[in-house]
Amino acid sequence: MSSAEKSPWILHYNASSCNGCDIEILAALTPLYDVERFGIINTGNPAHADIFVVTGSVNEQNKEVLKNLYDQIPEPKVVVAVGICAASGGVFRDCYNVSGGIATIIPVDAYVPGCSVRPEALIEGVVKAIGVLEKKRALFDNGGAK
Amino acid sequence: MTGRRTVIPFGPQHPVLPEPIHLDLVVEDEFVVEAIPSIGYVHRGLESLVDRREYADFVYLAERICGICSFTHSSTFCQGVEGLMDIEIPARANYLRTMWGEYSRLHSHLLWLGLFADSLGFESLFYNAWKIRESILNEFEATTGGRVIQGACKVGGVCRDVSNEFLSGMDKRLDDIETEMQEMTKVFLSDYTLKKRLVGKGILKPDDAYNLGAVGPVARGSGLAMDVRTSGYLAYGDIGVKPVTTSGCDGYARCEVRCKELFQSADLIHKIIVAMPDGDIATTVKGNPDGEYFSRSEQPRGEVVHYLRGNGTKYLAQLRVRTPTLTNLPSLVVMLAGAELADVPQLVLTIDPCIGCMER
Ligand code: SF4
Repeated sequence: MSSAEKSPWILHYNASSCNGCDIEILAALTPLYDVERFGIINTGNPAHADIFVVTGSVNEQNKEVLKNLYDQIPEPKVVVAVGICAASGGVFRDCYNVSGGIATIIPVDAYVPGCSVRPEALIEGVVKAIGVLEKKRALFDNGGAK
Repeated sequence: MTGRRTVIPFGPQHPVLPEPIHLDLVVEDEFVVEAIPSIGYVHRGLESLVDRREYADFVYLAERICGICSFTHSSTFCQGVEGLMDIEIPARANYLRTMWGEYSRLHSHLLWLGLFADSLGFESLFYNAWKIRESILNEFEATTGGRVIQGACKVGGVCRDVSNEFLSGMDKRLDDIETEMQEMTKVFLSDYTLKKRLVGKGILKPDDAYNLGAVGPVARGSGLAMDVRTSGYLAYGDIGVKPVTTSGCDGYARCEVRCKELFQSADLIHKIIVAMPDGDIATTVKGNPDGEYFSRSEQPRGEVVHYLRGNGTKYLAQLRVRTPTLTNLPSLVVMLAGAELADVPQLVLTIDPCIGCMER
């Protein structure tokens, strides 16, 4: 287990969500849920991040930003899509400015369903993502060979 | 001296902003000469769905305009449809809506105070505010089933009743919450470092606030007694509300208004629980909305207006929402001119920007 799995840092971005899931992500960082006890820290800098936590249904204006942030996170990295609007567009699916989920722009490793998600579900999603991160890291250390 | 000017981009992804907004800061040395906002990162086009979702279903979409002011949006929308259809909702539903509305003000202000403390680098205070906020969310969860998205409002009333025993329990628990808030606001209002970074920063003169159409705590921090609750919608007419104002016109004043409003809301909730009428929580709704209606209410961030136009079918012809953040943006531009670059993050936060609402 490398340091990244023991203490993964997350980068949070709101790609046109309603805020509901975003404030639950923040709530997960604060004393009641306190993900920091698992070593999870919220960073503002993509270059420091291991896990990209994204909410929202993605629109025309922010898809470039999303792509950009994803590219700036160093490998290995995992993406967690939070909320049903990040999964499929959710309630906003039929709106004219919605591309319909994070997976239309960047690859997603874990989905956390809910509208809004509960902090417990979010923590579970991030823990699943850490598992994926570990696998990716092993692959990465082997130079891509299985 | 244009040669010394530099443009610094701020956002859309920035550590202090939970939501994306972009500002181009034109700076000369360390001072901001001009701030040019650009928006659109959260625009979904939600209002356009009114012609494809029945008005009764749209309540849940209206709620998802913003996850922080969720309850106020759904109740404002319902109020609009009820206005169009001349529906009088039962008194108990009216009081329950008012109560939840005030609880959401508490949760929103505590959320803001926490984020604000974080933007000033005061992390323990951020945690403290959000810890208190969890007690408010517990009440939401116990009474509606949801923490941030409640789904408690419907056209014609509310979906859930709260038993009188539970209400008196809420009343008691609120006393404890108030004691905790007292401790916390003391730090916000008297801490040396916070004062040093807020007093005299981000000045918005009363004239400017008025002319630029500032609303909510931004206007009240500049001494303007503007609060839609004084118009007496929902149960506010029976309970009575006096706007909280301060005359500082700076970042500190806006923080002070929100701190005081915490206790104003708690006070209102106590009164509402005491005066809670018995009876039904919803009336039956027949027919379809027709005509035009402006529905206004006071969100935690200021006045929100829902304009609804019906055409006699179960789909509305138009919905237009005007949210407080958008009306406060011109004031922000004024506050930022002349500010030091290091003060920009917390000055942006003093208007309590809610981009989700603003862009929908
Ligand atoms: S999933 Fe629901 S609560 Fe979460 S951001 Fe989307 S609309 Fe809001």
